[in-house]
Amino acid sequence: MINWFKYSSPSSFYPLAGRLIPVFWMLAAILGAIGLYIGFFIAPTDAQQGEGYRIIFIHVPASWMSMFIYCVMAFWSLMGLTFNTRLSGMMTSALAPTGALFAFLSLWTGALWGKPMWGAWWVWDARLTSELILFFLYLGYMALHAAIDDPRRADRAGALLSLVGVVNVPIIYFSVKWWNTLHQGASVSLTRSPSMASTMLWGMLIMALAFWAYTIAVALMRARTIMLEREATSEWVKHLPDVKEIA
Amino acid sequence: MPLMAAYIAALQRDLLLVMRRKTEVLTALFFFVIVTTLLPLGIGPEPDLLRKIAPGAMWIAALLATLLGLQRLFAADHADGTLEQMVLSPEPLSVIVAGKITAHWLVCGLPLVFLAPVIGLQFDLSSDAIGILMLTLLVGTPLLSLIGAIGAALTLGARGSALLVSLLVLPLYIPTLIFGAGAVESYIAGLGATGHLSLLGALLILAAAFAPWATTAALRISLE
Repeated sequence: MINWFKYSSPSSFYPLAGRLIPVFWMLAAILGAIGLYIGFFIAPTDAQQGEGYRIIFIHVPASWMSMFIYCVMAFWSLMGLTFNTRLSGMMTSALAPTGALFAFLSLWTGALWGKPMWGAWWVWDARLTSELILFFLYLGYMALHAAIDDPRRADRAGALLSLVGVVNVPIIYFSVKWWNTLHQGASVSLTRSPSMASTMLWGMLIMALAFWAYTIAVALMRARTIMLEREATSEWVKHLPDVKEIA
Repeated sequence: MPLMAAYIAALQRDLLLVMRRKTEVLTALFFFVIVTTLLPLGIGPEPDLLRKIAPGAMWIAALLATLLGLQRLFAADHADGTLEQMVLSPEPLSVIVAGKITAHWLVCGLPLVFLAPVIGLQFDLSSDAIGILMLTLLVGTPLLSLIGAIGAALTLGARGSALLVSLLVLPLYIPTLIFGAGAVESYIAGLGATGHLSLLGALLILAAAFAPWATTAALRISLE
C-alpha cells in the first residue's frame, strides 16, 4: 500500500518540490525550444493564413492550459475539502496566477491573431467569450483568497468557489454558445478550419507539454514560498538547510 | 414537520426584519427603476432601438438590483452573532438558509416582476412581450438569489466584501442573463420562448438543489 498522504504534509513536500522544480524547468526549456523551432521553422506556411497563423503555437496551448489548470484547481479543492489537507489549498492558490496568466495570454494572442484573420480584435464568439469569463473566474478566486486574512479560511472559501466555478464553466460555455447562434452576426467559424498539417499539430502538442512543465515548475515554486510564509514559525522550517544558511 | 417549521421561522423572521426597515428594500427597487430610466437617456429615445435593447437592459438592471440586497443576506446576522446561533441550532442549517434565500427573493426579486410591466411600457414593448418578460423574471430572479447567496456566504467577513461579491457572482449570473433576456428576444423575433424558459427552469431546479447546500458549506467556512 502506497502511502499517498506522505507528501501531503508541507515538511515532506517541501524538499520533494525542491528536487522536482529543476527537472520541470529543464523540461519546459527543452520542449519549448523544440516546439518553437517546429512552429517557426519546420511547420509549413499556411495556404490561407500566411505566416500570421504561427501565433497558434502559443495561443492554442495557452487556451488548453488555462482550462486545464482550472480543472486541476478544482481537483485540489475537492481534495482539500474532503481530506482537510493543508497542501491542497496551497497548491490551488499557487496555480491560480498561472491559470489567469494563460487565460490572459490566450485572449491577447487571440486578439493579435483575429485582427489580420477576421479584421477584428474581438468577436463575440462562444469560445472567446467563455475564455474571458474563465479569466474573470480566476480573478474572482484570487480576489476572494486575498480578501480573507486567515490563510486556512481563505483556502477553504477559495476551494468552494472553484468547485462552484467548475460546475458552472460548462453551463456558461453552452449558454454562450446558444446565445451566439441566436445572434449570429458576422459569422466566424473556428471549427471549419482546413485540415491541419501533422507538423503543426506536433508543434502545438509539444508547446502544450512545455507549458505544462512550466506550470508545474512555477506552481511548485509558488507553493514552496507559500509554505515558508505560512509555516515560518514551525520547527521543520527552522531546520531547513537553506533557511539555516541565511540565519 | 420540524423542518418546515424551521424554514417558515427563518422566512418570517427575515421578512419581519425587512418590514421594520423598509428603506433598504425600497432602495434596491428604486435602483432598478433608475438604472432602466438612465439607459434610454444614454442611448437615445428611438422606439425601435429601445424595443431591441429592452430585454437585455431590464435583465441587467435586475441582476444589479438583486446584487444590492445580497450584502444584507447574512452580514447583519453575522455581526450580531445570530448566525452562529443558527449554525448551532438542531435544525439543519441548509433549511434555515433556504428560508433566508426565499425571503431575499420575496423582497428583492419578486417586486421586480411586478415593476417590469411599467418599465416595459417605457421601452415600448408589446403586452405579449411584457408577459414573457415577467415570466422569465419570475423563473429567473429566484435563481439569482440562490446563486448570489453562495457569493454572499463566501465573502462574509472578508475585506471589501460588498465589491468582492459582485466580482464573484456576476460571472455566474451569465447563463441566467442569456436565457432570461434570450427568451424575450426570441419571442419578439417570432421563434417562441419555450426553449429558453425550459432551460431557465432547469437551471432553477439545479440551483435549488445545490445552492442552499453550497451556501451552508460557505457559511461554515466563514464562521470557523
